[in-house]
Amino acid sequence: MKFIDEYRDPERARALLDRIRRKAVHEWTIMEICGGQTHSIIRNGIDQLLPPTVRLVHGPGCPVCVTPLETIERALAIASKPGVILASFGDMLRVPGSSKDLFMARSEGADVRIVFSPLEALQIARDNPQKEVVFLAVGFETTAPANAMAVWQAAREGIGNFSELVSQVMVPPAMSAILSSPGNQVQGFLAAGHVCAIMGWEEYEPVAERFHVPIVPAGFEPVDLLAGILQVVEMLEEGRTGVVNAYGRVVSREGNPQARKIMNEVYEVADRPWRGIGVIPASGLVLCEAYARFDAEKRFDVGHIAPQESPLCRSGEVLQGHLKPSDCEAFGRECTPLTPLGATMVSSEGACAAYYKYHRNTTF
Amino acid sequence: MQLSCPAPILQHETVQMAHGAGGRLSQELTARIFMPHLQNAFLDQLDDQARFDAEPGQIAFSTDTYVVSPIFFPGGNIGELAINGTVNDLAVGGAVPRYLSAGFVLEEGLPLAELETIVRSMAESARKAGVMIVCGDTKVVQKGQCDKIFINTSGVGFIPDGINVSCRNLKPGDAVILSGTIGDHGMAVMTTREGLSFQSRIKSDTAALNGMIRDVLDVVPGVHAMRDPTRGGVAATLNELASSSSVGIELEESAIPVREEVRGAAELLGIDPLTVANEGKMLLIVPEADAEAVLAVMRANEHGREAVRIGKVVEEHPGMVVMRTPFGSRRIVEMPLGEQLPRIC
Repeated sequence: MKFIDEYRDPERARALLDRIRRKAVHEWTIMEICGGQTHSIIRNGIDQLLPPTVRLVHGPGCPVCVTPLETIERALAIASKPGVILASFGDMLRVPGSSKDLFMARSEGADVRIVFSPLEALQIARDNPQKEVVFLAVGFETTAPANAMAVWQAAREGIGNFSELVSQVMVPPAMSAILSSPGNQVQGFLAAGHVCAIMGWEEYEPVAERFHVPIVPAGFEPVDLLAGILQVVEMLEEGRTGVVNAYGRVVSREGNPQARKIMNEVYEVADRPWRGIGVIPASGLVLCEAYARFDAEKRFDVGHIAPQESPLCRSGEVLQGHLKPSDCEAFGRECTPLTPLGATMVSSEGACAAYYKYHRNTTF
Repeated sequence: MQLSCPAPILQHETVQMAHGAGGRLSQELTARIFMPHLQNAFLDQLDDQARFDAEPGQIAFSTDTYVVSPIFFPGGNIGELAINGTVNDLAVGGAVPRYLSAGFVLEEGLPLAELETIVRSMAESARKAGVMIVCGDTKVVQKGQCDKIFINTSGVGFIPDGINVSCRNLKPGDAVILSGTIGDHGMAVMTTREGLSFQSRIKSDTAALNGMIRDVLDVVPGVHAMRDPTRGGVAATLNELASSSSVGIELEESAIPVREEVRGAAELLGIDPLTVANEGKMLLIVPEADAEAVLAVMRANEHGREAVRIGKVVEEHPGMVVMRTPFGSRRIVEMPLGEQLPRIC
């Protein structure tokens, strides 16, 4: 398959691994930000192939994982209202609230639909003018432009029965939060390729400068990831900081200005709670004043929500790279993909789910 | 054509509640749709049961219910699936499939022309597989109470003496053989489904495999296990086999054949082809010494041209399937969790 096979080529991967082995003289801890990268690393066993001097820790870049429990509870409450269709990406449906998930809400009679794009949710709203259609808009900068587009389009067409429950987050503030947290071990980053495709990499330069770290936008296939890791290792060994792009076929310095324009038109920056981590200042997006009428949080009064997190779940530590999923006491015991205690065990991009799926308690 | 039921032909275009009520409309359905296609010496009796002679050896009996959506998909329809599925379930146990029942649940309003197409496909598939549909039943439910048409087929076959194929027979050292590309059926259905607005040329692989299985058993009667990897795909089937026999299975990722279009669609949807349903493929576990002979027989059959060895049975990690990646690392092949996407069989 063109554009995939060449980046899964075992020969190229081996050559990159050799260079990483030769270059990594000192011990380094590198975080891959994005859950998609975590998944690919574990699936392809890249962590098993790296020299012992290079340690990968997994970052908070899984939108499902960092969506606050409060948002899940609110989605459940809204979905249970009569006359509401709740549309969501599939992964969100299995995330447990305090007492149930959206699949269970659906079996109890709620109209919950899986969509592949927010514009599909908008189409459901056009087709069902007598219903209220709510799209659960989660994600990083990658999903924000399309989620913004749905609202912009709804406004333009005057579709009054569409709204979004927004839980949008952004990468650079999370990086800063991780780097400033006491006990931080991360010395370099693989930045998320798809996020950078939208945002470019300029906004990472101040982070790299302030914390003296190398940041390398990287892709998702084994060869992309290894090229990114090699770049970070070279910079660390040579004492260099700054941003160097290792995903040239997708990412440019300025990103996608059109996508950013629609994002900025519809959303504005706000403080945002991250599940398991807490509030990170200026790390989220909310609907701005001109589009506030599309805010499901304002449209539906669901009363006071006081969610209860499982006391056993340590996903916050996992998301910040402080804890390996398999080192959590609940991993594979109380907490499995069938009985998840936290969202990191649910999402296909969650580090706990990836470990359970591909490694479990086995060391290869 | 000689119709065995003399009811007057009432011209309805769609299924009515009365078609399932046992009265004249039920007779009309039988006379107009079912009998012209399915007619045989057993059905012609119009008794409440079919009677046939038992053959020597063990009797194999299997049942499956088909609720696929959409009911017509590239490469087939629910009717073909219902025949081939039960034929394969019998055949992978080493049985020669003979007699099938067909139970229909029809949704009020289903176009009779669609029903007829489905019944015609069932008749053709049965003919190809060398089985007879010897009894049947039809019920109609109100609109919204089922999705167009559900079909149950049960089947009887006979296992010749000397054949012992079972999921508990896997032995360390055995070869794991796959009859061809994986994921074709599931991806054909998923990419056709409403809401997934991209087109593909992927076709379902639905096929009856009893002929190929017969050929294999004629040459190598000592096959340890056979399974058709339907729901849950190769990942689910191999996990079941590994745990039933308390052995490990090791797969070679680069050996597993996946059609280019299927890989593309799977990438796009974020689905592992190993977990996608097949309806015309089989997995065989055979003693290493017999592997080449089995492959030669399979490759001579139209349903096994791309048959390959994909791995082996090992003593280590009992109950677990492990994949060796092209990079030299290893990972677990998990039992798939469950279906997020719509029904595919």
